[in-house]
Amino acid sequence: MNAPLSVTRRGLLQSAGFLAVSFALPPHFGFAAEEAGLPGDLKANPMLSSWLRINADQRVTLLIGKVELGQGAVTALTQIAADELGVNIERFDVISGDTFQSPDQGTTAGSQSMPNGGPALQQAAAEAREVLYGLAAAKLGQPVEGMKIDDGVITAANGQTATYWELITGKELEVEATGKAVRRPISEYKYIGKSIPRFDFPAKMTGQPIFVQDMQPEGLLFGLVVRPPTYQSTLAEVDLGPIEAMPGVVKAVRDGSFLGVVAEREEQALAAADALGKAAKWNVESVLPGNDGIFDWLLQAPIAKDIEIKNDVRQGGGEVAKTIEAEYHRPYHMHASIGPSTAIAQLGDDGVMTIHTHSQSVFETSEAIAEMLGVEPSKVHCIHTQGSGCYGHNMADDAAADAALLARAVPGKPVKLQYTRAQEHQWEPYGSAMVIRTKAGVDAEGNVLDWDLQIWSTPHGTRPGGKAGNLLSAKYLEKPFEQPTPGNGGAPNYSADRNGIAYYEFPGHKVMTHFITEMPLRVSSTRGLGAYGNVFAIESFIDELAHAAGADPVEYRLRFLKDPRARDVLTACAAKFGWDSYQKQNNRGRGIAFARYKNYAALTAVAFEVEVSRRNGRIRVTKAAAANDSGHMVSPDGVHNQIEGGIIQSMSWTLKEEVKFDNTAVLSRDWTSYPIITFSEIPMIEMELIDRPGETYLGSGESAQGPTSAALANAVFDATGVRLRRVPFTPERVKAELDKA
Amino acid sequence: MLNFKLNGADVSVDVPTDSPLLFVLNNDLKTHGAKFGCGLSQCGACTVLIDGEPVRSCQTPVQAVVGRSVTTLSGLMEEGKPSPLQQAFIDEQAAQCGYCTSGMIMMAQALLDRNPTPSEPEIRSALSANLCRCGSHNRVVRAVLRVSQAA
Repeated sequence: MNAPLSVTRRGLLQSAGFLAVSFALPPHFGFAAEEAGLPGDLKANPMLSSWLRINADQRVTLLIGKVELGQGAVTALTQIAADELGVNIERFDVISGDTFQSPDQGTTAGSQSMPNGGPALQQAAAEAREVLYGLAAAKLGQPVEGMKIDDGVITAANGQTATYWELITGKELEVEATGKAVRRPISEYKYIGKSIPRFDFPAKMTGQPIFVQDMQPEGLLFGLVVRPPTYQSTLAEVDLGPIEAMPGVVKAVRDGSFLGVVAEREEQALAAADALGKAAKWNVESVLPGNDGIFDWLLQAPIAKDIEIKNDVRQGGGEVAKTIEAEYHRPYHMHASIGPSTAIAQLGDDGVMTIHTHSQSVFETSEAIAEMLGVEPSKVHCIHTQGSGCYGHNMADDAAADAALLARAVPGKPVKLQYTRAQEHQWEPYGSAMVIRTKAGVDAEGNVLDWDLQIWSTPHGTRPGGKAGNLLSAKYLEKPFEQPTPGNGGAPNYSADRNGIAYYEFPGHKVMTHFITEMPLRVSSTRGLGAYGNVFAIESFIDELAHAAGADPVEYRLRFLKDPRARDVLTACAAKFGWDSYQKQNNRGRGIAFARYKNYAALTAVAFEVEVSRRNGRIRVTKAAAANDSGHMVSPDGVHNQIEGGIIQSMSWTLKEEVKFDNTAVLSRDWTSYPIITFSEIPMIEMELIDRPGETYLGSGESAQGPTSAALANAVFDATGVRLRRVPFTPERVKAELDKA
Repeated sequence: MLNFKLNGADVSVDVPTDSPLLFVLNNDLKTHGAKFGCGLSQCGACTVLIDGEPVRSCQTPVQAVVGRSVTTLSGLMEEGKPSPLQQAFIDEQAAQCGYCTSGMIMMAQALLDRNPTPSEPEIRSALSANLCRCGSHNRVVRAVLRVSQAA
């Protein structure tokens, strides 16, 4: 950890034991990938050597563009590679998210590491194994047919053996994937389907260095930025002289309205930043709608685009007996990482800015930083190093950019920047507030004939994407970068309208997104994007319809839920909860909700019992159950951890969280002004995981949050008769609703 | 020079006396357990033990520990191996990102030191001022219960 930060590509290749022996390129070089129909990430990076290195020291280096965000993706991906390559997992070393070494797998987000990253890596490993079988066949004079692999040792049908370690002498894996290699049968897997302990936990649980925050390169300096008082402020004047005279201060930096300090000690940097903040005079504008005004603002804001994402007009059918309508609100939510975002940057003699960052998107963030610094993309080297959990696009990328801006001012010196708690809380890009209106025409039995859902939302994606304008500080520089107008992602993943289409089959079904590109508060991808708000609305509304029909909420859903896997998950959750034998007590009630994330990914149902205090409006969750289908589970415990964590995080969002702001600035600046859930508020959660061997691996990190919100609202309704349509369900708000009822 | 015990060994540091203990532990003494989370004693990520008591090191000036004994996460290890509580966290896979984990383990160790067999409600209550964002709470509770039940 004390090695100099700046590492050259050549040095890394040598140190990895890479054997530079020439090898004739196969004739199909350059064409195979396009023809082969390869899994997404492999199509973009078809060279096998960009994924795997077989080393003479009997170890395998796995190169992956996906990164560890605290969800276990690196361990799970290694399980897949180990099984498909046929090498024991202990032999693997992983390099992930190094822009000079790893394959560009885009952003680690959207629950895509397993469904996209998994098959790509698995196919690369299968192709590599076939190359190795071919080499063994040539060496042994035996046919490939009948060869077996065990921990890098190939045994031919006649019993002769050859090892991976002796077969690879050079660039044999510098060939493109053909797409023709066949995966090993599931019966031969040693790791896929087993709960392999996370590689990173022993270090994290015994205090060994593993986080970017733990890095201590020689001569490390500490940097901090000073943010304006509000989004719209510009710097009027500041005198840097007195700041640079403070103890330990190495440099005070001003670039337009961007301010920062670099000091020898961390507390000196904090003191200098504090003094600099007080010394700066700003021009401030008051232009925000405030957290109570945001829903009216959304309904009145200029709409950049009306997007009809579904319009199935009902053909025939009966008369509409009744029309039922509702409107649901979700506030801005924070990622609220426990560790404020951090990066360490160093400008090397070779002009390369090396940045250790916990960004989800090292490749595109690296490009954006290069644009901001006005240098060639090859002059910025981002290396992913673990940080605090991020839950989407938090300030990791901004920290990388800010560390680079400060490191540029002190060439040769490594600079560590970790935001203050208030900076992380007030400046991160939040999950957008949303308004969702639902309307249903039902027949005499209360069955849905026509379903109509409309969404009002600001963007859910302002990731760096290679553009400096998406980096927070770039907007405040002397030569400012303008933020590109964000788009709304379309099918199949969607964005504001993710899960906006209910996963039920209704005779008429219409969904419209009113996409607003103006952003009163800074926003970007937060776990689930629009799915959290949309599933809250859909699963609350279907509960309202079930109640209006006098039907059991589980039975009512099953009338319209046709996907057998979805029905299995819903009924498994109900069974786990004890739905059919439930005995209702006074002030207690039960609620259930279901969603299939993105309508094609993991399926989750969640059920709660809550107790509501009529005296103070406080909701206590007394019982919780869930069922999930994440396809073929690579790591059952990993899936369990994601679903359990997703439920708890969404309980926090739903019961407690709302970013508060007035007409000028964000007021949520610490854990008191933005409280999150604590141990005493959480019950144990009963869980049923349905394994589907041979089905696609489905990421599970964002599957439970939507259902959790509606299941809570539905339980509160069952307990009290009060329908909560605005998140969060704070005691104050619940009490007000109880008093009205 | 300020002198105190760190994980059983005598240490001396030449730093400003009002430097936060957290920064001295991490930046001067190169330990890697306690984490900066808020600097406000609100989240517990920086929790260490001072003479066995859990303390938020972000708001403790280093001079407050002169002559006393400070324990960080690595200091809980026994003969180079994870302690029973650390092993229980590993066995229960009691984390996601693991950033709050150091503070959780230190807080739980302090609980176990005064009550070797805490119940689930006692564990939840003792850890309630330690924040976790990933939703690993129940795993943490199960890890501490595992030690409690083994006692």
